[in-house]
Amino acid sequence: MTATTSPAPAGTDPGGPPESAGSRPPRRSLRGPRRAGRPVERGASRVFRWTATGAGALILVVLAAVAVFLVVKAMPALTASSGELVDSVSFMRNSSSLADYVGPLVFGTVLAAVLALVLAVPVAIAIALFISHYAPRRLASGLGYVVDLLAAVPSVVYGLWGAMVLAPLVQPLWSWLGSTLGWIPLFGGTVSPTGRVILTVGVVLAVMILPIITAVSREVFLQTPRLYEEAALALGATRWEMIRMTVLPFGRSGVVSAAMLGLGRALGETMAVLMILSQGFLYSFLLLAAGQQQTIAANIAAQFPEASDMGMSVLIATGLALFVITLVVNMSARAIVARRKDFSGAN
Amino acid sequence: MAATPRPTAVSPTSPSSSAVIDPAKDLATLLRQVDPRRRRTDRVMRGVITGAFALAMLPLLSVAWTVVSHGVERFDLYFLSHSMRGVYGGIDAGGIYHAIVGTVEITLFATLISVPIGLLTAIYLVEYGRGPLARAVTFFVDVMTGIPSIVAGLFAYALFAVILGPGIRMGVVGSVALSVLMIPVVVRSSEEMLRLVPNELREAALALGVPRWLVVIKVVLRTAVAGIVTGVMIAVARVIGETAPLLITVGVADSINFNLFEGRMMTLPVYVYRQFQQGLIPCSADDASCIATITYDRAWAAALTLILLVMLLNLVARLVTRFFAPKTIS
Repeated sequence: MTATTSPAPAGTDPGGPPESAGSRPPRRSLRGPRRAGRPVERGASRVFRWTATGAGALILVVLAAVAVFLVVKAMPALTASSGELVDSVSFMRNSSSLADYVGPLVFGTVLAAVLALVLAVPVAIAIALFISHYAPRRLASGLGYVVDLLAAVPSVVYGLWGAMVLAPLVQPLWSWLGSTLGWIPLFGGTVSPTGRVILTVGVVLAVMILPIITAVSREVFLQTPRLYEEAALALGATRWEMIRMTVLPFGRSGVVSAAMLGLGRALGETMAVLMILSQGFLYSFLLLAAGQQQTIAANIAAQFPEASDMGMSVLIATGLALFVITLVVNMSARAIVARRKDFSGAN
Repeated sequence: MAATPRPTAVSPTSPSSSAVIDPAKDLATLLRQVDPRRRRTDRVMRGVITGAFALAMLPLLSVAWTVVSHGVERFDLYFLSHSMRGVYGGIDAGGIYHAIVGTVEITLFATLISVPIGLLTAIYLVEYGRGPLARAVTFFVDVMTGIPSIVAGLFAYALFAVILGPGIRMGVVGSVALSVLMIPVVVRSSEEMLRLVPNELREAALALGVPRWLVVIKVVLRTAVAGIVTGVMIAVARVIGETAPLLITVGVADSINFNLFEGRMMTLPVYVYRQFQQGLIPCSADDASCIATITYDRAWAAALTLILLVMLLNLVARLVTRFFAPKTIS
């Protein structure tokens, strides 16, 4: 793959004078076994190698530092007694302890992300199929680029759009849902007159995670062995049957990991939630009522600027919880992708 | 393909009777026929899938339309060249100059941190990396891509709070937060570009006796430079719209601040949020100079500026690839 394996001459004489390039360097029997292994590097080459390796290691250090510094700054909140916390942190007035404060936030975060996922995954799979198997080949990359444009829009713009355009637009739809399907617990309660509820947030988050799910699924769908597809078509399958029999089973794990990547992104999204959602601190499944849920990320952004020292510590502790959740989600997504890579060696 | 709407000339006729007329043609027609239920499913799914694509275009078009149509009202030279210093209430004034200064400085500094680290890591992964360290780096770069931006902000804050004491707000903290988000993107894209460089080039250079580090710099990087620049610009475009980490590390300001290392700064995304958050201005009925929706107008105009900036970066990145890519990589 890389050049280190091939050039034995360069290994024995790195940076040697150009005249030695044409003729083979004299065989030195002592160096024999060594040449077969790692080439010897001197001077600048060695410095460069170690600089590059150091940069690679730095990535690991940074990731570790993120965890360490968050833990360090969260320590005061983690070790303080509940009473002390409730007294000193203004926004914890209604909670009895740190866990009691974090709980509803974690719930809200997961609820918003799952809503987004439920809305986004079917659409994303369909778009990926459209680009990979339905659209004319010449158009396909252009269409992919158009979907990627959705990812280029900054989240604050989505927040602005969601709060000022989408929320008033979908409010009538939500009232209709509330009045006709109100017997389903999810749509119960008083429908918010502003439309700034978690379902609207879910829609906006779904739009935001659509590009990443689409991009990964598309890649996987395109990798379906052509022979399978052609075999299915040759047996008389329609295009949809071909997709159902070959493309979808082949791409299942890829789609799962794409969905988890999307989930990871939705969990950490701040601005759209902060600007759209009317917040509350309840374990509530009411999707259409105002003042029910809040997410960790949006809560941090809302409280951080005015927080006291201990308040910041509490918020960093909630951020640590978010970090751990997204880390677990992302690592499992990547693990699925990596495992898949081993299997699809045939391509 | 299989469901091509064939005029059903030989509908459910018995194969034996028509076989007498023209066996080959008839068999072909028969084979091409799909029973109606299956054909209907195929049609429906085609409609659903095409419809899903159209559905996804709606928000994109809606966002683009609203941002442009609301944004152009206040988007002018005055808006771009004035700060918010001394602007209060609903007066018809105020701009984003201070926010542009902040965004450009903070993003540039973040790029300055991220590009060397990201590029060297990519070089490590492509040119030297093997064994457990390389595998760990690859895996954790992927994991790092998924760090929520607000957590990156908290990290930068915590880092500087431990070193310099709590309550610190300055531009460079925001740059550090952004570079945490930017490094993995730079690594990924540069790595891809470096892998595209044909091995023959490296081997030829090494065979000529060029030392390894010069091969990397003069041959590999030279060949991949267009792709790397593109990747960096796309990474910049991605972090330039980040709001949450800047909100908690850099804070907000109304005046121009050129100093990254002291005091709060304004940035474009935070400006949009700030204006939105201030909401409608309560105007007295007889005050003609007071505009109730001024904050929203400013937010839309700043959002337009931000989107134009992102699109410009993306466009230039594409042009760089198109015009500067070496001919071997097509």
